[in-house]
Amino acid sequence: MAADSYDDVAKNKDSIPELEVAPQDLYHAKSFWTKYIFCQDAKVIGIQYALTAAAIGMVGLVSSWLMRMQIAFPGVIPMDPAAYYQLVTMHGMIMVVYLLTALFLGGFGNYLIPLMVGARDMVFPYVNMISFWVFFLAVVILAASYFVPGGPTGAGWTLYPPQAITSGTPGGDGLGIVLMLVSLAVFVIGFTMGGLNYVITILQARTRGMTLMRLPLTVWGIFTATVLALFAFPALFVAGIMMTLDNMLGTSFFMPAIVEFGERLSYDGGSPILFQHLFWFFGHPEVYIVALPAFGIVSDLISVHARKNIFGYRMMVWAIVIIGALSFVVWAHHMYVAGMNPWFGFFFATTTLIIAIPTAIKVYNWVLTLWRGNIKLTIPMLFSIAFIITFVNGGLTGLFLGNVAVDVPLSDTYFVVAHFHMVMGIAPVLVILGSIYHWFPLITGRFLNEKLGRIHFWVTFIGSYSIYFPMHYLGFMGVTRRYFEVFEGDNFTYSITGINQFITVAALITGAAQFVFFYNIITSSKFGKKAGKNPWKACSLEWQTADVPPTHGNFGKELPVVYRWAYDYSVPGADQDYITQDTPPSDVANARAEQT
Amino acid sequence: MIVALLVILVTIGSVIFHMWSPWWWSEIASNWQGMDDTILLTFWITGAVFVAIGLFMAYCIWKYKYNKNNKADYEPENSKLEWALTILTTIGVIALLAPGLIVWNNFVTVPKGAYEIEVVGQQWYWMYRLPGKDGVLGTTDIKNINDDNPFGLNTDDPHSIDDVLIDADDLHLLKDQVVKLNLRALDVLHDFYVPQFRAKMDMVPGMITYYWFTPIKTGTFEILCAEYCGTGHYSMLGYVIVDEEEDYNEWLSEQMTFEEVLASNGKSDLIKLALNKKNDL
Amino acid sequence: MSKNKESLINQLTQKPWEPAQAKVDNLHEGKTFNLHVGKIGLRYIMVVSTIMFCLFIVTYGDRMVYDDWVRMPEPFLLWINTLLLVISSFVFIRIQLASKKNNFEKARRELFFIGILAVLFLIGQLLVWQDLVQAGYYVSGSPANGYFYVFTTLHGFHLLGGLVYWVMTINKVWKLENIIIRKAKHTIELCAIYWHFLLAVWIVLFGLMLFS
Repeated sequence: MAADSYDDVAKNKDSIPELEVAPQDLYHAKSFWTKYIFCQDAKVIGIQYALTAAAIGMVGLVSSWLMRMQIAFPGVIPMDPAAYYQLVTMHGMIMVVYLLTALFLGGFGNYLIPLMVGARDMVFPYVNMISFWVFFLAVVILAASYFVPGGPTGAGWTLYPPQAITSGTPGGDGLGIVLMLVSLAVFVIGFTMGGLNYVITILQARTRGMTLMRLPLTVWGIFTATVLALFAFPALFVAGIMMTLDNMLGTSFFMPAIVEFGERLSYDGGSPILFQHLFWFFGHPEVYIVALPAFGIVSDLISVHARKNIFGYRMMVWAIVIIGALSFVVWAHHMYVAGMNPWFGFFFATTTLIIAIPTAIKVYNWVLTLWRGNIKLTIPMLFSIAFIITFVNGGLTGLFLGNVAVDVPLSDTYFVVAHFHMVMGIAPVLVILGSIYHWFPLITGRFLNEKLGRIHFWVTFIGSYSIYFPMHYLGFMGVTRRYFEVFEGDNFTYSITGINQFITVAALITGAAQFVFFYNIITSSKFGKKAGKNPWKACSLEWQTADVPPTHGNFGKELPVVYRWAYDYSVPGADQDYITQDTPPSDVANARAEQT
Repeated sequence: MIVALLVILVTIGSVIFHMWSPWWWSEIASNWQGMDDTILLTFWITGAVFVAIGLFMAYCIWKYKYNKNNKADYEPENSKLEWALTILTTIGVIALLAPGLIVWNNFVTVPKGAYEIEVVGQQWYWMYRLPGKDGVLGTTDIKNINDDNPFGLNTDDPHSIDDVLIDADDLHLLKDQVVKLNLRALDVLHDFYVPQFRAKMDMVPGMITYYWFTPIKTGTFEILCAEYCGTGHYSMLGYVIVDEEEDYNEWLSEQMTFEEVLASNGKSDLIKLALNKKNDL
Repeated sequence: MSKNKESLINQLTQKPWEPAQAKVDNLHEGKTFNLHVGKIGLRYIMVVSTIMFCLFIVTYGDRMVYDDWVRMPEPFLLWINTLLLVISSFVFIRIQLASKKNNFEKARRELFFIGILAVLFLIGQLLVWQDLVQAGYYVSGSPANGYFYVFTTLHGFHLLGGLVYWVMTINKVWKLENIIIRKAKHTIELCAIYWHFLLAVWIVLFGLMLFS
């Protein structure tokens, strides 16, 4: 019964504040099943999330290979337009929702939150466990859509009606679209349960001395992203339910009267644009649901490996919160040319460009953290630098698309594809990769192989930049996206066949490099160099566990007590260039910051 | 060292690619020069920021490489610097936004006297309708659509009868004439897009969307569907031909009106009905 | 204690690296709100489902203004169902009072009553559906029909979820001699809050359909 863990955890945290943080009554796994499968330990759940997301992410990766083959070398891998559009759709949906969202919040969130705030586990471990299995179910339903007659939906990841549920779209008149919508609804339910844990654990289960402003930015990023998800996902859920009803029961929420291939359908009076509003009310915050955790994590990586406190910590926190809030008033910039009231354009262009300001501040502060630092060019640092470059690039192209008049010629072209892959595909993935190199020693107690890691980095960064940077220029030419065959316009300034082939080759190589990475993970977890405790000399709490890797309960017998913020690097007067968060002032009497 | 070089290489390389890239927009054939100009302005501003950040980062990586005898600065924040950067960014953003909004204002304000043309999208081809002699497009209803009346014109609307219908053929436009495109879709979303005209707008079933432009160059331009519309999306192409007046009139005289279309399909009773209404006016 | 009352703005403008601030921060217990996690969890769930219903209502309002909008009739039975929910809420207030006075015997008795009311409500809603279908108001008939069925279904699912928690609540007071008072009070309170929430949601939805 759920109540056990729920209340046991809650038992000692009643409304009377206690000075001592009482130990949680921990759930203890007894068998293989409860230890590895139906486990309630957030660390195990985090790894389960990550592995599931990575597995379905492979499908997304291979889909992109096949798509690129069709674009650059048509006929080498035979496919019809329907198959191509199914690949496009599943690639998008898997990467955005099932890989990035699940990995950042489900994976990193679960593993890092309790460790970083100094808790033994999430506040509702049982709900947390259910959350993973609901997510798993969503992935299974998604995978099942490959095996139904007609195959998965090919409606594009935005699933715009009427096209998503009409017969001119692959999977539109079969089970493909239904399974997609059901899978999303299940995902939302699972995620809400997970989010419940992340938010409340961060708010209420921090260890003693851990004020909000002492939290590492990783926690801030994940926290804000979760709150965004809490507001945004219901919109997807609502849109999904209404479209399912339109499809299955013939209601007309989103379906106007239409004539399809000469035949009038029974729908009447629905509004397709309403769906787009709901979708992007979810869809735009979704971008930040992926980006904010990446912002947070990369701040910590840069700070640790530059041996310097993050520059302008307060500004960084505010920027995260402001970006999160603003992300709810910019959604219609995805719809400038969608046929909505043109006067909306003024409002949404303004809000969209305003959001550039806090984002720019974050970039400045990352770079200023490097300035006068003591930079160790470790692999996580390399990935962080690569992140800054790709993110700046992708962010700046966002200024093109957000500025409504500029969006008119560029929307629905490859410029958009290049922009969002750079800013919310490549940039967050670089952070994910960097942070795996960073936290792998914590999770397994061993380093990842350095040589393979460097090869992986160079190929991934140079490769992915070569894919997406030239792609912008296709957009300037007016090459429209989602075309099964490369369109060679009569009036183009130059042939685009060559550049497309270059992009495809780069994509194949970059994708292949990820298998080197997987190989590295598998071998290093067994044979990698032993890492020992706190190998990067980081300040934050997750490295201060009694055992490495941390065992169930995270922190040995007593919870740590926090005496400082998470960024006491290179404090003047201190013997070492870092002071961990749980070091009492008396241990670092020489540090100058403590004396004044 | 290598990493700093890499950062410089990527930054400068991007600029070089931009300057020497043969892939660039084709010459503009409409009045929307303002869009191109805004893009170029955005390029200058964002390009400068990109290069500045890239080079500064390269400098930091090179200058502050790890040395165990060194210690990083301890500087939690620097309000002055942060505010200065914030204000600078805000100015940059305003510089981008203001011209953008002005162009947008032009885009959404259709000049008076624009020649109205209807574009209808369906899976997966285009149809067009010109207002005919009376200069007014007849009203339509999706319920009227059948084989004889592919546009779904209201036969009792007196303005319908002289409308010129162009079914799955090229569209001709008159050079320097301001046109307003009324966009309609019969089944799913489409988007009427000609790269050289720069402008585009989705066509949404159940409503009429629009945009306007003035073609300023004669020639043949390819139409692309720019909103995903199902399996045949990539093949939903067509041509717009911008003519001088003489050629245009010649083409126009060869087109069939709704009246002629109905007559050729043997629906003369409907024509009578419509003509009677017109005479009543 | 005082630092817990510090406003969010104050907390977010602290400079955590300053020694003076560090001294204050070292005494912090690590909680943001002086609330039980269960209560916050319940609020979280209520916020999420409120947002969901709000979004539905927004789309409803958007659709309603078109002139082809046809209203649904409100069967009289709906009023009775509404009354059932009102009574439930009233009974729950009594239960809360009883549990406050440690009168768990009474609380348990009335909790059973809640269960009966809830099941009656669900049966009542199904009867309404049956009537409407027989009268020819199918879900695909008009947008108003669609919304009616969506609203009632979602509200019904929320009530079913509530019944799961109701089972847990009853379980806590099942054996009077084994009651852990704090747990029982806590669970009863959460359950009651949720029931009031369900009533509020229903009144909003019902009112919306009634007056549109």
